[in-house]
Amino acid sequence: MISSPGSSADPCDARDGSVPAWDDAPCPVLVLDSRGRIAGRNRAARRLTVSSPGSDVPPSWLAEAHRRHVAGTPDPTAGTPAGTFGSRSYEAQPSPSRDGHVAWWLFDRTDLAQAHETVRETRERADAASRLFSTLLSSLNVPRCAEVAARMATDHLAEAAVLITPPTGHRYAVTHALRGRRVVQETRQIDPLTVPGLDEALRGFPPVPARWINPDAIPDWVIPEGFSGPVGSVLVTPLPGHGVPAGALVLLRSDTEKGFSPEEEVFARLFASRAGTALSAARLYSEQTAITATLMRELLPPPLSRVHGVDYAGRYRTALDHERVGGDFYDVHPGPDESAETFVALGDVAGKGLDAAVLTGKIRNTLHALLPLASDHLRVLRMLNGALLTSHHARFATLVLASVKRQDDGAVRLRLTSAGHLPPLVVRADGRVEEMPTQGTLVGALPEVTARTVETVLAPGDTCLLYTDGITEARGGPLGDELFGEERLRQALEGCGGMPGEALVEHVQMLAAQWLEPGSRHDDMAVVAITAPRGGTSAGDRAPAGAGGRARRKA
Amino acid sequence: MSGPRASAGELGEALWEAVIDGDEYDAVDVVRGALTDGWQEEDLLLDVVAAVQARIGLEWAADRITVAQEHAATAINERVITALVHHRSGTRPAGHRGRVTVSCVDGEWHAFPARLVAETLRLRGWQVDYLGAQTPTPHLVAHQHHTNSDAVLLSGSIPTHLPRAHTAITACRSVGVPVVAGGRAFGVDGRYARALGADAWAPDARGAAAVLEAGLARPTGVRQAVDDLPHLADQEYSMVVQARGRLVKETLAELERRFPPMREYSDAQRERTAEDLAHVVDFLATALYVDAVEVFTDFLGWTADVLSARNVPPHSLVTGLDILADHLRDFPRALAMVRAGAAHLTGRTDPAVTDTVV
Repeated sequence: MISSPGSSADPCDARDGSVPAWDDAPCPVLVLDSRGRIAGRNRAARRLTVSSPGSDVPPSWLAEAHRRHVAGTPDPTAGTPAGTFGSRSYEAQPSPSRDGHVAWWLFDRTDLAQAHETVRETRERADAASRLFSTLLSSLNVPRCAEVAARMATDHLAEAAVLITPPTGHRYAVTHALRGRRVVQETRQIDPLTVPGLDEALRGFPPVPARWINPDAIPDWVIPEGFSGPVGSVLVTPLPGHGVPAGALVLLRSDTEKGFSPEEEVFARLFASRAGTALSAARLYSEQTAITATLMRELLPPPLSRVHGVDYAGRYRTALDHERVGGDFYDVHPGPDESAETFVALGDVAGKGLDAAVLTGKIRNTLHALLPLASDHLRVLRMLNGALLTSHHARFATLVLASVKRQDDGAVRLRLTSAGHLPPLVVRADGRVEEMPTQGTLVGALPEVTARTVETVLAPGDTCLLYTDGITEARGGPLGDELFGEERLRQALEGCGGMPGEALVEHVQMLAAQWLEPGSRHDDMAVVAITAPRGGTSAGDRAPAGAGGRARRKA
Repeated sequence: MSGPRASAGELGEALWEAVIDGDEYDAVDVVRGALTDGWQEEDLLLDVVAAVQARIGLEWAADRITVAQEHAATAINERVITALVHHRSGTRPAGHRGRVTVSCVDGEWHAFPARLVAETLRLRGWQVDYLGAQTPTPHLVAHQHHTNSDAVLLSGSIPTHLPRAHTAITACRSVGVPVVAGGRAFGVDGRYARALGADAWAPDARGAAAVLEAGLARPTGVRQAVDDLPHLADQEYSMVVQARGRLVKETLAELERRFPPMREYSDAQRERTAEDLAHVVDFLATALYVDAVEVFTDFLGWTADVLSARNVPPHSLVTGLDILADHLRDFPRALAMVRAGAAHLTGRTDPAVTDTVV
């Protein structure tokens, strides 16, 4: 019922027989009277109101704008009035008309509004995806990754999500997430063949696309506890693992929330790809960490405690903060019984880091094998020297050997031999500090080694301190460029008479660490204290809980 | 249970005597006796052992015990904890509440408070990974990837470790693990914990347990370290840290010029003075990092007290600050802090002392 040009369906439009100029305007014009009723419309507007030509009620947004316009109280916070009319969006501009009526010119902004809306949605989705994926990629812990991925899947994709990672042994780690509930993780035996596509996804081969499966065919363990109502649809999505299988994600929707829109499918695919990347990275990391930990176990410094009535304490700090092993080492090999000597070695391999650590492992193994000969320090050093010279390592080492035996009177007899190493210091209970005059050549460099062994006796409360040059060569201090040096160490030790060995090694490590200029490079630092316990009780008597008997990681 | 139960004060006194004598056996006997009398492990740990440890620190600050005695006493007190918590181990379920990591800030040597927190949480049923003192931040973060902790409890006693605490907090949160900060370093009301982006702060071990029991949300979204501290953009922190050695050297030389008795100092005395100045610069840098002048003035006040206890008049400190100010004229934030520090010291010392400033 579109009127032809010139004709007038509404007598109001053609009052005085004249047609207003705007009747032919390309944009719709609505004339509203003082009460807000439609008092006139041009041709374009008539086309717009074709479905309800008799209605004189404008859209509510326009009515509101008109009311404010008439009352002279425009909303200062609002811009140009805008809203929908029919299926399209318009901006409205007023112009005065006859009899106090107002002609509202409607400018079509449908495309602009759509573009704005699309931009907003795209930005929101990108922000959500970015937040999602940065959280997903933040942890290298497999269970944590699985937890995050499953929870996010329930936040964004389906009411329930089940994430299954490849098995260790016969058991699979299964992560259940239900929207708004806590994520539950368990390991269980499952038969992956009972869920179509799951077996391939867990093997990582052959590649299969995500697929919808029959909800009636899934085994009970797939459905998370608390899932309300029957399962409407099930999607099995393999997680791509870049060469390693990463697992599979099963998404479950209830009857009421069936099916995915094309956009959701795209997002689900992207999500699976990112979750797979995160999980496989975490998996690789944990495998590498486990390998490193196993290989490293033999290289870590051993925990020390009381052996045959003598207290031992040791502390180690590596040159590189991110590493746990380096070029310094120490070991305490208890004698077969109290009447036999306990053999102690502390040393320093040229260089730092993993390469140096590997050589310390070799030296420690060699010394261990030479234990039956340990009473003859020079012989031990000669054999070690021979072993190092014939190995492919071009590195050399310095070390101190000590044979320790507690006497019946509570004093501890010590035989000490230095092979190119800093001389041990004895801290007497009264604070006197004595340097042990043992010296010898380093091992692994020359065909012949020579060394002089010295003997001393520790009275109760005395400590013999073995340390590496990382301590004395710590560079820093208040002025920033001085070496800590042997003299400062001796002075500090003068205040340490009678200290328990543990406290002493901690104190020495602390002084060196505090001397270092913050953030500066330093060498490995190892300190071992051999202390004759105070109190005069015989070995094993009244050993306090935790002093020696505390169960600790086996070295 | 036999006889009237000893009070916390009485037990503390007995434990103090044993610890300061270096008598580990007596010390262990004190807590074992208390357990037999019906004391709870947690109360003994936090009301007796912790109080004795606090007293060790106070006695050192007052120069009534040496640093070696402090270390020895702390070592014995640590053994007391071990004896205490192993007393009934095995009788309670471990880790039914969840798994947490307790660690000191990188560079922090005071492990005792962290140990108290770790043992308290174990007693309350948490599975605790105790990483102890001097934990490099890379190890702390690697441990999070390895274990998937529910939370990290980070302990710091000395404020100069706050910048490194910030690194640790940011790193742990970025891998999705919430951080509870605690210890004197974070301020009496925990204000620096909040400034550095920690998820929560706890004043003590019981507070830490309460925070965990209330539950912590996993941090989401990635924050950069600089988001917390926009003032770092002026780079004054970096400049002061890099110039540390030079600032100390120049201040020392100028001090000798202005303060003739210093020329007679022995090498050791000279080094002590240099160390004091280095500490001043370290605390200034920390105050710049967290943008809080109280970090600096509190340290100066404490140092003045420690020096007074050792009969060293603190006026050289004020002179040192004046000289330092001359070298920091290009750094408005640092300069304002040094001036505030000098004013703080002058305000609290008696007039006779300030008169001697040369």
